[in-house]
Amino acid sequence: MSFSITLTVNGEMRTVALEDPRVTLLDLLRERLELTGTKKGCDRGQCGACTILVDGRRVNSCLALAVSHDGADILTIEGLATGEALHPVQAAFIAHDGFQCGFCTPGQIMSAVGLIREGQAGDDPERVREGMSGNLCRCGAYAGITQAVLEAQTRLAEADRKLVA
Amino acid sequence: MNTFEYLRPATIAEAVAAAAEPGAAYLAAGTNLVDLMKGGISHPTRLVDINRLPGLDRLEHLPDGGVRIGALVRNADLAHDPVFARRFPAIAEALLSGASAQLRNAATVGGNLMQRTRCAYFYDVASACNKRAPGAGCDARGGENRLHAVLGWSESCIATHPSDFCVPLVALDAVVEIEGRAGRREVALESFHQLPGNTPERDSVLGPGELIVAVRLPPAAAKFAAHARYLKVRDRTSYAFAVVSAAAALEVDGGRIAEARLALGGVAARPWRARAAEKVLAGTRPEAATLRRAAEAALAQARPSGENAFKIELARRIVARALALAAAGTPERVPALPASPFASVAGAAVHA
Ligand SMILES: Cc1cc2nc3c(=O)[nH]c(=O)nc-3n(C[C@H](O)[C@H](O)[C@H](O)COP(=O)(O)OP(=O)(O)OC[C@H]3O[C@@H](n4cnc5c(N)ncnc54)[C@H](O)[C@@H]3O)c2cc1C
Ligand code: SF4
Ligand code: FES
Ligand code: FES
Repeated sequence: MSFSITLTVNGEMRTVALEDPRVTLLDLLRERLELTGTKKGCDRGQCGACTILVDGRRVNSCLALAVSHDGADILTIEGLATGEALHPVQAAFIAHDGFQCGFCTPGQIMSAVGLIREGQAGDDPERVREGMSGNLCRCGAYAGITQAVLEAQTRLAEADRKLVA
Repeated sequence: MNTFEYLRPATIAEAVAAAAEPGAAYLAAGTNLVDLMKGGISHPTRLVDINRLPGLDRLEHLPDGGVRIGALVRNADLAHDPVFARRFPAIAEALLSGASAQLRNAATVGGNLMQRTRCAYFYDVASACNKRAPGAGCDARGGENRLHAVLGWSESCIATHPSDFCVPLVALDAVVEIEGRAGRREVALESFHQLPGNTPERDSVLGPGELIVAVRLPPAAAKFAAHARYLKVRDRTSYAFAVVSAAAALEVDGGRIAEARLALGGVAARPWRARAAEKVLAGTRPEAATLRRAAEAALAQARPSGENAFKIELARRIVARALALAAAGTPERVPALPASPFASVAGAAVHA
């Protein structure tokens, strides 16, 4: 059986033919669309390295079957910056040393973008840590990650206020 | 992972017919099923994708005061629905204590009820497991079993049901609406999951092709809104399954408990309703000695299934703590940050 699915990936329409229904969104991005920024850590939902936004919500792409997501709008780490201008979450991770080896970082950043959109954490570091607990970092860069998320959130809120004003 | 036939039916009737065939399974978000398929624990030959079935993603507050939660409502959407969270705070708190934000964004109500045990030997296909391969034996009995059941287990299986969501649901008398080839039926959540007995391979009462369409809470479930908590102890602070958990819901009138609801998680193959403890509490004042007596009643039938006797005393303490937190009142912010059982003062800002 073969399936053809259409996805919007980082703003671009992509049609992909799948010969096999077993392909996950993670494998589709990495192996078929050559978007290897999204990482495969555990491949079982336990580490968050594969986090992407699907229709604006952060999910683990390793457990999402691609065939089930025909028509979805996908944002990966490759689609976050605007040209050379980093997204505020990316900039904040650099400013606060939110990583060491960098393997978990695309997942952390996409998760942070999702968390900020969800708007549940506020400026409470404990709520940020809880909201980011689906992303493990083997280098233990958690202190910097929490700082980066808090700062990016403040900057994004300021930018929103300027837009309204 | 084995390959499979992928079907995406347009109606519930087509889905039920397609899933009634031997070897078929429903696919919701796949956060449990795809994991089990990758590990070779489940190998359905046909997946029936229910994600686009119409009408299953609705949350309806019913005219009689009850609420009907469609099987495809995502765990995060339910927990963050402000009206739902205000009326059923312990359910929101339980949902938010489960898995991670990413998983909750995907995971569905139906999939959460139907998720399978986290027994490590069930997951390890090289081990003997009666649930995975009936008659094979149970390697958990002589193995690593500190997290296994202390209530309702049998010689053939000592696994627990891992859901957090189901624990307050069972305390609040939730009902499961099921669609099958013979039409619709309803089953109380309390008798939806099966105790292992001699057939641990059967987790629930669902027959071939039966589809969960919704979970319903009766109007009375909302009367506990001012005094309801979910408390979960884990081996780490977040993103871990329960070692033991408890949902406590009280109706308090003039300082006395008019009615109490109590259920435990992580202790049995089903979310465990503790009716004997509810009786102890009715009509009393929520004082420490009374809460302890209720906790003892809740665990009266408990016995270790291995190296897990500690879970019995732990469960008593978690029950008493959950009841104390519920008596102190639902926190102002709903849903609260999942409460830490290690906070020193019951009722204080538990995440400080
Ligand atoms: C790393 C990790 C940590 C987790 N931690 C927790 C935790 O702490 N607490 C907790 O409660 N859960 C936890 N979970 C489990 C999670 O809650 C479940 O995986 C999720 O709820 C399943 O929902 P789903 O929609 O993805 O179901 P799927 O994976 O799609 O399906 C699961 C099962 O349900 C069946 N099914 C689905 N919908 C229906 C329906 N409507 N009718 C009949 N059958 C149906 C499927 O056939 C399948 O057998 C964790 C999961 C992971 C991967
Ligand atoms: S406890 Fe149950 S699930 Fe675990 S190995 Fe034994 S039979 Fe299998
Ligand atoms: S690779 Fe998806 S959660 Fe680890
Ligand atoms: S930076 Fe190395 S795993 Fe997080």
